Amino acid sequence: MITCPTADELRSALTLFDQDPTPPSDPRRQFLARVADNARALLDRESALGDIAQAEEQARLRDLLDLDGPIEMMNHRLCQDLKAGVISPRAPALLAHLRATAIARIAIDQPGYSGLEALLAG
Amino acid sequence: MTLLAALDRLAPLLSPTATGTLNARRLSGGASLETWAFDLDDGTPLILRRRPDGAPSRETAASLAQEAALIAAAGRTGAPVPIVERVCAPEDGLGEAFVMRRLEGETLGKRIVRDAAFDTIRPGLAQRCGEVLGQIHSAPLEALPPLATSDARGELARYEEIYRQTDAQRPTFEAAFRWLEASAPVPAAPVLVHGDFRNGNLMIHPEQGLVGVLDWELAHLGDPAEDLGWICVNSWRFGQWRRPVGGFGDYKALLEGYAHTRGSEIPLARMQFWQALGTLKWGVMCLMMYSSFATGADPSIERAMIGRRVSETEIDLVRLMEIMP
Repeated sequence: MITCPTADELRSALTLFDQDPTPPSDPRRQFLARVADNARALLDRESALGDIAQAEEQARLRDLLDLDGPIEMMNHRLCQDLKAGVISPRAPALLAHLRATAIARIAIDQPGYSGLEALLAG
Repeated sequence: MTLLAALDRLAPLLSPTATGTLNARRLSGGASLETWAFDLDDGTPLILRRRPDGAPSRETAASLAQEAALIAAAGRTGAPVPIVERVCAPEDGLGEAFVMRRLEGETLGKRIVRDAAFDTIRPGLAQRCGEVLGQIHSAPLEALPPLATSDARGELARYEEIYRQTDAQRPTFEAAFRWLEASAPVPAAPVLVHGDFRNGNLMIHPEQGLVGVLDWELAHLGDPAEDLGWICVNSWRFGQWRRPVGGFGDYKALLEGYAHTRGSEIPLARMQFWQALGTLKWGVMCLMMYSSFATGADPSIERAMIGRRVSETEIDLVRLMEIMP
């Protein structure tokens, strides 16, 4: 489940923006128009990649936690285990999961972000 | 009285040869602070920093009078800062505000790290940033306005609390909080920390290099490595990730410049710890800004989208967790 914001939240923010009567010549409006274009491109990437990213994340969580259930429940459990110190913050299996999740997420949110190249360079 | 009328009335107090002002224009401004550029009619270029009437000041931010006092104190160390011309009095009709000299140069990181205009000064810029931080950190504490003090654990606790309030479930942040808590350096004697020393707040001139450190709103007393680590956060390298200092230089140059003016060295590991903490802080800030969309306080597409920058800090944190000792 990709949250903060979800795709639905982005879509509702876009709807609100499209209804805004501010004239296109307004500088703030022009800035927000560029942000809106980015949001639409992001939603396209999420439509193409979101389901598979989520299925893979769920499979990894199953292995990592030796537990099965909805992805939100398992992700919440991982957060609890980390907070409580049950899982060490730099355990190799954990880092492998965080790495794969970060790579899948940046492909949707910001595929040109330089941190991806940096991570893959090792 | 309008803002423009107030500025005109103030002109003779700002320069003996001025009778009015020209070209006043708003540069930027969030809900908490306005920045205006204007000129006196004798040609003096100025900036007005002003808190709009009734706007709440950020909990951790200094008042504008304090900010002006800090800029002046930093200037006394030799660090490049704008000259504060006037801290406004109530009778000026501008509210909480101060006027400073306008500097010439570029603050946009994207241009500083890429444009040919900065090719000449770029190679020396990281060392210069280190030298300037060394100067700022040398400011005598007794000459400063009252400021909050924090160290690594204090910063971590503050940001963890903000993160908990957002109710987000981010395993990378959970891991980073525990990792950084366990590896926090022994506290150092607190110094004047700028608190937001990065591309965007550094005025860079194509020939003269760093001519001004701007935006002292987040200054506090703290660990000297905090400022050094913050400028190394990948989010303000504008794609130039191989140059960890602001996308224009390397660690060694920054640390050498610092040691040169400060007279004491900061270990690379301590700076990298603060780079990681800075990365985590920026991620939590993005979540916090998204929260204002989630609660309906700010329904703009801008606030919604800032939440999708959280993953950039996660990918940077994963890399740091992999490569740091």
